[in-house]
Amino acid sequence: MSVNLSKGQGISLEKSDGGSLTAVRMGLGWRSAPRRGLFGRRTSEIDLDASAVLFAEKKPIDVVFFQHLTSDDGAVRHTGDNLVGGAGKGGDDEAILVDLARVPVHIDQIVFTVNSFTGQTFAEVQDAFCRLVDETTGEELARYTLTGGGDYTAQVMSKVHRVGGGWQMTAIGEPSVGRTFQDLVPAILPHL
Amino acid sequence: MTAELVRGQNHPLDRTRVEIRVAADGPVVAGVTLGDAQGRLSGVEAVAHPGAPRRTGIEVPRQAAAEHRIAVDLDALPEAVHRVSVLLALPSGTGALTTFGAAAAPAVAVTGLDGTALARYTLTGLDAESAVVAVELYRRQGAWKVRAVGQGYAGGLPAMLHDQGLPQAAELAAEIEQAVGLGQARAVPAPAPVAAGRSERPVTGPPAPPAGDRPSTAPRTASDDPAASAHGTGAAHGTGPTAEPTAAADPAAESGAASPAPVAAGPVDYRHPRRRGTPAPPGPAPSPAATPSAPATVPAAADGPAQPVAGDAAGWSMDERLYNQVWGMFEDLARSVAAYRSAAGFAASRLEQELDEALADPRNRLGTAADAARATARDRHATLVTRARAALDRDLGQLVAESQVVEPALPPAFARWDNPVWHGYQPPQERPMALRLGDLHLPEVLDLRIPMLVRLPLERGLWIDSGPGSAVHGGPDPEREVARRELGSALTDGPPDEAELRRLAMETAVAIAARLLAVHPPGDFAVQVIDPAGTAAPALAPLVESGALPALPVPGAQGVASVLEGLTRRVDLVQMAVRHRAADSLPPDLDTAEQLLIVHDFPHGFDDRALTRLRYLADEGPAVGVHLLMVADRARTREYGPVLDPLWRSLLRITPVPDAHLADPWVGHAWTYEPPLAPEGSQVVRQVLGQLVAARRTP
Repeated sequence: MSVNLSKGQGISLEKSDGGSLTAVRMGLGWRSAPRRGLFGRRTSEIDLDASAVLFAEKKPIDVVFFQHLTSDDGAVRHTGDNLVGGAGKGGDDEAILVDLARVPVHIDQIVFTVNSFTGQTFAEVQDAFCRLVDETTGEELARYTLTGGGDYTAQVMSKVHRVGGGWQMTAIGEPSVGRTFQDLVPAILPHL
Repeated sequence: MTAELVRGQNHPLDRTRVEIRVAADGPVVAGVTLGDAQGRLSGVEAVAHPGAPRRTGIEVPRQAAAEHRIAVDLDALPEAVHRVSVLLALPSGTGALTTFGAAAAPAVAVTGLDGTALARYTLTGLDAESAVVAVELYRRQGAWKVRAVGQGYAGGLPAMLHDQGLPQAAELAAEIEQAVGLGQARAVPAPAPVAAGRSERPVTGPPAPPAGDRPSTAPRTASDDPAASAHGTGAAHGTGPTAEPTAAADPAAESGAASPAPVAAGPVDYRHPRRRGTPAPPGPAPSPAATPSAPATVPAAADGPAQPVAGDAAGWSMDERLYNQVWGMFEDLARSVAAYRSAAGFAASRLEQELDEALADPRNRLGTAADAARATARDRHATLVTRARAALDRDLGQLVAESQVVEPALPPAFARWDNPVWHGYQPPQERPMALRLGDLHLPEVLDLRIPMLVRLPLERGLWIDSGPGSAVHGGPDPEREVARRELGSALTDGPPDEAELRRLAMETAVAIAARLLAVHPPGDFAVQVIDPAGTAAPALAPLVESGALPALPVPGAQGVASVLEGLTRRVDLVQMAVRHRAADSLPPDLDTAEQLLIVHDFPHGFDDRALTRLRYLADEGPAVGVHLLMVADRARTREYGPVLDPLWRSLLRITPVPDAHLADPWVGHAWTYEPPLAPEGSQVVRQVLGQLVAARRTP
């Protein structure tokens, strides 16, 4: 059962069998801008970026985004920057894979964010969503539909954090404004 | 496009035949009330509930379940009906849940008959409520809209129905409860193992594939298990245990009803019936509610790391697979150590900060409070470092095990000189893809040596630094000295003097040259040496005695000039031939084998002209098969000023003694390099060269 969430809603999730997560993927998908006529490449492209920020006791330690695709410890991997979007059919255009077993012991929270690098607000982007998938089963843990999300260019999506010996996900869904994850740090901090 | 509704938000419906799908974390009762324009119910017949599931235009499920489909035909509703409210209630007596706040928020979707979602709404923020109006469909100026309501009632169904103006609210609520109880009695009892926990994921899947089927180590396959992704997001709204499928439901609902749906057991298993095959995920055992038999069916093997297998990386040939595997091990080790260093560094900075705080707090100045605070801080530091070390040791255990199977499997080009593969050496038929230039390791992990493999042909020449290492860095480097002491290798007993370093440097050069000769087919690779002072003769003995090097290099400036002249001519001719695609018009006396030029004791014996030629060879040579191996003291070449800096930078620096100066491409650790020298007293290099030369004579 995936949980559909809208802006500003938060919900705490625990896997319903009581177990904890071992590998999650954050997926981000959107539909590319329509191409028109001659020199169609000049159509204003839409570039959304997914990022993951690793925190240890509320201090940012590492970040995985389009310029740093793998965290130094190798536990968090970005599959690569997509600058234009996809078909809008629900497939992930950018993905961040987290191998929770390999996350360094001092990292206790990983926050996932989405930014519109080219500046379009979520109201202008078609079929945009971000979601969190449990990689061991392929099941969707949470999904946000970004499209129609109003006059925002960024969203602090969710975080996975240590609980006892395992990991848990909490959806945040805090809309914000910013070009890259750096602009979002003030928006992230209250959620840690 | 699906609208995600928030509480109070409405959304127009573009069709009148819709389904309302409910997904909850446990069994819930779904019902529908049909209200007039004021939202009031005309009587009990205005409520569709499990005891009376069919009303005109409406059909609701007969029993409690975690997922529901409610079919609604808005056109068929009586004219008087203006408001269709979908209500959810927790069944009493199942012992599962008594309030919505105790479980994950239920979600409601309004979909078309084909399953396309028109609007979705998640009922968050519920607490002590046991009944809730989830959404309502209402008429507005001739069209229908949906509104997210989310109005909960702690008083349960009676309170909710009373609120909608139904006088017989309590009686109807009791009737509904009774009907739900009947529905549960009708349901198939759950088989014991399946009832283990309200699992979205099967706890009792078939055993995970044996480790051999997934040929990689755990760190690298954790996220690309095809079985997991194949089961992706399909059937997110599984039909679930709806015993009485609605008129609009597809046939799968029927099978859902027939499948062992453990409604009666309270905790509901709402897996999709076709999704049974998903292997149980590795990880902690199922929920505490699991019956004792359930954990036993979880394959324990899936939890542990896969048994390492040599050559299990991707690649077209075994050599390529091993090459990729070694680089994978290199990266994994670099990253595991990075994780450890990051954690240890964080622990250290936190300790420092906490000690500072303890000191800064005036209350702590007297008494034992400061001591206690310091002890706590130190404990926290030690705990974190211990955990980090445990994580590192876990990774290292896996990598060491992998190394133990990979090293013996390596072909000669990748193997150390002490590898038995060299004793069965046969001159190869094909050029290798890469060469082991030495070993790399990190101070945290002294017993794990990663082969340093470089692709062939060498794109970058090599510079074996025969000077004392500290001169390069402009001063003694304490860390490197420590690393040197830790090594305990025979090479590091005491600081080697300069003459010893020069000897070792030339021996390293010869070891690399011999290795290059040995791994190429006979006649495909040749070595030339520039040694103006003639001091390299002892080190060159293996090459000369076996005949791999035809003669000792000509001493003096004349030798320098003639070798450079010959190689420059070769580079020029081959370049021309390549440019004009005239490879067959090369003069017959030209040696087309790849050439390795060893320059010993550079820049001794070099004049400006020779220097220019050397730089030309370093720039142009690699593309046409002329490679450079310098043996020189970097400090002494500084006398030539900046003119040699580009040359120095274009070459890969390696050292004749273990030295931490190579950075990995991922996180930039300083790796300690060890040259590929044969074990003391070993004849393996001579034997291999002898076989090679014999093969060269008898083509």
